[in-house]
Amino acid sequence: MGVSMLNLGAALPEIFLAVSALALLMLGVFAGKDKAFRTVSWLAVAAQIVALVLVVLGDGGVAFYGQFTADAFAKFTKVMILIGSSLGIVMAMNYAERENMARFEFPILITLATLGMMAMVSATDMLSLYLGLELQSLALYVVAAIRRDTVRATESGLKYFVLGSIASGMLLYGMSMVYGFTGSTNFTVLGDVISNGGLSVGTLVGLAFMFAGLCFKVSAVPFHMWTPDVYEGAPTPVTAFFAVAPKIAGLALFVRVAVGPFAGVVEDWQQIIVLVSILSMAWGSFAALRQDNIKRLMAYSSIGHVGFALVGLAAGTAEGVQGILVYLGIYLVMNLGTFAVILSMRRNDRMVEEITDLAGLAKTKPLMAAVTAILMFSMAGIPPLAGFFGKFYVFKAAVDAGLVTLAVIGLVTSVVSAYYYLRIIKVMYFDEPVEAFDKNGTEMNLIMAVATVILLAFVFFPNPLMDSAGVAATALLGQ
Amino acid sequence: MSDYPILSIVTFLPLIGALFVLLIRGEEANVARNSRWVALWTSGFTFLASLMLWVNFDSTTADFQFVEKADWMPGLNISYHMGVDGISMLFVLLATFLTPICILSAWEAIQKRVKEYMIAFLILETMMVGMFSALDGLLFYLFFEGVLIPMFIIIGVWGGQRRVYAAFKLFLYTLLGSVLMLVALLAMYFEAGTTDIPTLMAHGFSYNMQLWLWLAFFASFAVKVPMWPVHTWLPDAHVEAPTAGSVILAGVLLKMGGYGFLRFSLPMMPLASETFAPLVFTLSIVAIIYTSLVALAQQDMKKLIAYSSVAHMGIVTIGAFTFNQHGIEGSIFQMLSHGVVSGALFLCVGVVYDRMHTREIDAYGGLVHRMPGYAVIFMFFTMASVGLPGTGGFVGEILALLGAFEANTWVAFFAATGLILGAAYALYLYRRIVFGALTKENLKSILDMSPREWLIFAPLVIIVLWMGVYPVSFLDIMHVSVEHLVNQVETAQAAAAQAAQLAAN
Repeated sequence: MGVSMLNLGAALPEIFLAVSALALLMLGVFAGKDKAFRTVSWLAVAAQIVALVLVVLGDGGVAFYGQFTADAFAKFTKVMILIGSSLGIVMAMNYAERENMARFEFPILITLATLGMMAMVSATDMLSLYLGLELQSLALYVVAAIRRDTVRATESGLKYFVLGSIASGMLLYGMSMVYGFTGSTNFTVLGDVISNGGLSVGTLVGLAFMFAGLCFKVSAVPFHMWTPDVYEGAPTPVTAFFAVAPKIAGLALFVRVAVGPFAGVVEDWQQIIVLVSILSMAWGSFAALRQDNIKRLMAYSSIGHVGFALVGLAAGTAEGVQGILVYLGIYLVMNLGTFAVILSMRRNDRMVEEITDLAGLAKTKPLMAAVTAILMFSMAGIPPLAGFFGKFYVFKAAVDAGLVTLAVIGLVTSVVSAYYYLRIIKVMYFDEPVEAFDKNGTEMNLIMAVATVILLAFVFFPNPLMDSAGVAATALLGQ
Repeated sequence: MSDYPILSIVTFLPLIGALFVLLIRGEEANVARNSRWVALWTSGFTFLASLMLWVNFDSTTADFQFVEKADWMPGLNISYHMGVDGISMLFVLLATFLTPICILSAWEAIQKRVKEYMIAFLILETMMVGMFSALDGLLFYLFFEGVLIPMFIIIGVWGGQRRVYAAFKLFLYTLLGSVLMLVALLAMYFEAGTTDIPTLMAHGFSYNMQLWLWLAFFASFAVKVPMWPVHTWLPDAHVEAPTAGSVILAGVLLKMGGYGFLRFSLPMMPLASETFAPLVFTLSIVAIIYTSLVALAQQDMKKLIAYSSVAHMGIVTIGAFTFNQHGIEGSIFQMLSHGVVSGALFLCVGVVYDRMHTREIDAYGGLVHRMPGYAVIFMFFTMASVGLPGTGGFVGEILALLGAFEANTWVAFFAATGLILGAAYALYLYRRIVFGALTKENLKSILDMSPREWLIFAPLVIIVLWMGVYPVSFLDIMHVSVEHLVNQVETAQAAAAQAAQLAAN
């Protein structure tokens, strides 16, 4: 396929989503503002599902003169992003109406952020990369502060905005360095230049800045500081969304940049990733030990998970990329399930978010407790649950790439992290019950049930996810 | 041989039973009763099905039998591979034999959340059986680790005062050891391209790699056995676990470590095993003497038996690392008999605990006056634990010591002191609880064993006597497989010695 073509067909899902978002905005405005919240939400979900179908059925290809590539890798990650986003909207609806944040802009902003993420994971040029990333980030800044009448949400939105802008700045600075020293923004050209001509110091500096910016976006240590505050401060459904789709998109982008243009110089950036990965795993595990707020705990848990996923990237091989993708797929399921649980933690019509609020759940709501226990065991990576296989694949890739020390450190930190997941189970099963939670919403029960079934059944049917991740990884590394 | 996938049936039947228990609905009393019966029937059927293994077992070959192989992750060359040989088959039977007994022993002792309890036990049985019959490293790891989930719940929900501490300790200790084993498995996969156990046994890793692999596996199995100094989780777990939890913990879970040594360490890393054998001997001897002395000083019945388990497992590890026929057979036999005997001893504690709700040794004394039946049973198992000829405990110990004597006289000497100390603490315990005058007021109305309790102990007594009087029926099964293992290890060690000699010349 020629690079010098507009080829809009390859970007059909994105174009559709963009048009839908604008149409929904019109609908929201003309239908009388917030009364249309539920309609707009469902329509946004529908638009994302259509986009999902388009992604799955699409032939892919290169569009926008080589700036945009819809390959198997993009397809795989877009499917995960769209599932995460659409379920994010579904989970938010009841909450928004109860908690007085039912603004019709919310689903539209999420849709726009999703559009940005899809553009990100398809980007094969630094400009389209930045465009996608900023579309995503700007929408997310607003979403974080969507409850503008509460101090905490506003603070978290502002924090996110300021720190996120710094990250974007670093990324942009790095990109300009790379462009200055290589003379191109296109990934293919960059790859050729770097593989053939080696890595000049300027490019290396640019690379370091780009990686720093990307670490920020995926909240890897030492660029993670915003995460706990934003997770805790943002409204819970927003946190749920943050924990899933942008994480997946950010990591996918990270992978695309690292093993794309910089594939030829793996040994130059491997040490960065190894260090960041070890720090994230360790900090994600140790800092979470003393958390009492479950949203804050999930923030540290996600930092840890990013560390584990980066283990696969550190390997720098197709197998490693496959490992990351499998990891992200399982991470998606686990987090959606867990946030469905957190969003069901309501007592006397008010949300509660302390871990101790779960006390005795096994007595008051045995099924929900069992689901949560399965989710937590899976998060801790205990076989035979799916979470174990996520870790298994990335660590296998690391060992195959000779990174045995990294594997040992990673697995030992996973034992530490097991402690705080177990603590949640302990509170639910071993402690005496407090007052029961309110009745769960149907959509939450459904999400919890599906997530649990997937986590339990993965051991019997690992191949569909494995194989499609394998195809995606091959598409990226071309082996 | 029949065409039925017997091993898969034995492994997953309890899981199906657990699903049925899960579906039981209705009033609490009804749910509890139905859960108990479903669990008992399921585990009973599983035991009967596992007897088919014994009936159809061909003890003239060292090959794996009842082999099942199916694609699991074809992309990675990892398959669902199950099978048993003379070493693992008896452990499968041990697990299926003890589970119904555990369920029966919890009949009245467990009154809250009966349904969940039964589900946990049935899942536990699936994991145990699967672990002993897995012939793929990853599959093995899955079951090995999977055991932790139900065990954590069993101790944490139905345990004693400090149950939370004990459950966490058990879980984290074992997990830490296991993840190192996972790294070793991954390294083996990287080297050999598969996690298939028979293939790995034939692979022949380099000496240098064997050393690292051995240490990683050792980290996992030593915690599980448990060996001194990583045994401290065991007394806590035993004391806090409900009776049936202790029975399964001592009866089967500890054997996972010993079995792991025989399945992985010896055949796959024979040279490293030889190098590290002195380490194992030393730790085992320390365990035998030290924990026996510690046992003498205990005030809590369960803790005393827990420490005695550590000492007995020391004999097991010594036997396994003698690399000769007697030692390894003794080690396996000791594991089997200890599984039954220590399980029975915990049940004995359970009998009085259910009545008095204390495990303090000082709270008892003179029970023989009110509970003659109990005194007989308790005496019988105390003697079996000490290793009285005619009971199962004797055969295992004597074989293991014989093997140790062939390998190293001093090891045998120190290990044998364990037997003397063992007699001391076991008889001292028995004297303090059963003999003496019945002075304590609240003991004066204590009742002797109920028919249900007799029913629980009867099969245990029969098995222990059978093992003691006619051990050949068990030894025959393992004989050829152990011979094969010994040959394998010796060939590898001889080849390495020859190569070293050549290099020296």
